[in-house]
Amino acid sequence: MNFMASKQPENSLLGPESDSQRTLYPYVTGTSVVALKYKDGILMAADMGGSYGSTLRYKSVERMKPIGKHSLLGASGEISDFQEILRYLDELILYDNMWDDGNSLGPKEVHNYLTRVMYNRRNKFNPLWNSLVLGGVKNGQKYLGTVSMIGVNFEDNHVATGFGNHLARPILRQEWHENLSFEDGVRLLEKCMRVLLYRDRSAVNKLQIAKITEDGVTISQPYSLKTYWEFSAFENPAQGAIGSW
Amino acid sequence: MPKEQANWSPYDNNGGSCVAVAGADYCVIAADTRMSTGYNILTRDYSKICKLADKCVMASSGFQADVKALQKHLAARHLIYQHQHNKQMSCPAMAQLLSNTLYYKRFFPYYSFNVLGGLDNEGKGCVFTYDAVGSYEKVGYSSQGSGSTLIMPFLDNQLKSPSPLLLPARDAVTPLAEAEAIDLVKTVFASASERDIYTGDKLEIVVINADGIRREYMDLRKD
Repeated sequence: MNFMASKQPENSLLGPESDSQRTLYPYVTGTSVVALKYKDGILMAADMGGSYGSTLRYKSVERMKPIGKHSLLGASGEISDFQEILRYLDELILYDNMWDDGNSLGPKEVHNYLTRVMYNRRNKFNPLWNSLVLGGVKNGQKYLGTVSMIGVNFEDNHVATGFGNHLARPILRQEWHENLSFEDGVRLLEKCMRVLLYRDRSAVNKLQIAKITEDGVTISQPYSLKTYWEFSAFENPAQGAIGSW
Repeated sequence: MPKEQANWSPYDNNGGSCVAVAGADYCVIAADTRMSTGYNILTRDYSKICKLADKCVMASSGFQADVKALQKHLAARHLIYQHQHNKQMSCPAMAQLLSNTLYYKRFFPYYSFNVLGGLDNEGKGCVFTYDAVGSYEKVGYSSQGSGSTLIMPFLDNQLKSPSPLLLPARDAVTPLAEAEAIDLVKTVFASASERDIYTGDKLEIVVINADGIRREYMDLRKD
């Protein structure tokens, strides 16, 4: 006897109701990650917010983690899926270390592994709801790549996830150049994060910047950006709205 | 009001165009290097061309994750073939393998639009063109991807292919010289970049002939 038949939307990918194990939608999410290559390695930035829909539920989420000796992983999207990915990578690095053969997985290898994991989950219609940024240095070679929840991956001199693609990449295309100094790199990343803070609803003003070089990973202590809200354009935001698109 | 559901598609179109032209003793395979999603450009420097065997190169556009998986699959199968037969796969053999691989996933397709180019066992240029589920044909030239609707008619006009209805069957490989074919390909991409928003940034051209494989690049519009 059916009291309240649960209705599936027309365009859903839901199988039978008993498929209660598949990811349907994200719950606790992180917003953009931005990263760039600089003279000595990779710089990556992400804020520390974990949103539960429109509520800012968690304010100290570390969305960037070192992987092995040579890599740094940043994630946006579902936080629990990110934690699951860290568990996968933990096992990967463990087995790599257990070989005890002097070899170690570099950022290129870790990125490839992550791409395969994400694609495989997409194939099973049970995705890990993340956009990942993987950066690192091995034997002097810098590497920076990204992979999305359906397995789309590429490497570039600068990458971003989510809103970062819309707001940060254009800034980076204009101002990034080879062999940025550490200070210039941080300044450029902060510029991107500040724009995101002003314009991304889910951004919070508590961020970390991580650096990875041949010598290893350093993740900064959380800090906030100085903001300026006295721009005249912010004063009367509805002015000129009538008749504008 | 019914609850709003997040939904996701297992497919995405990362854009781009591919072209291949077969000559008497060469084959030109070209593709742009832009990777996009929606109205965004993800990167301006991504190669869509993959060398599958010594004389066989594939260019694919569509959903990048599927393209990558397909390339890896074919490369793995080629390695096995080499172990078992102690030789490289010929272009026609790879063509059949690609078709079978695509049809294998007929009910959850690789969203990949491919052109295969290379030299056959006699050293003559050959081009094979595919749809996403493996339907294929040996042709003298072809284009696939977001710019194919702009490129194909122009190639038809310039390469004056004989009618496939003629008897005896005429060969579709172009009588053009290698340098002329490369020039044509450059022209075709420059034109496609003007009107197709997903084509642009840079053009990668791979040329296969008796001397081996060589690569060339040309800048395209970045807008």
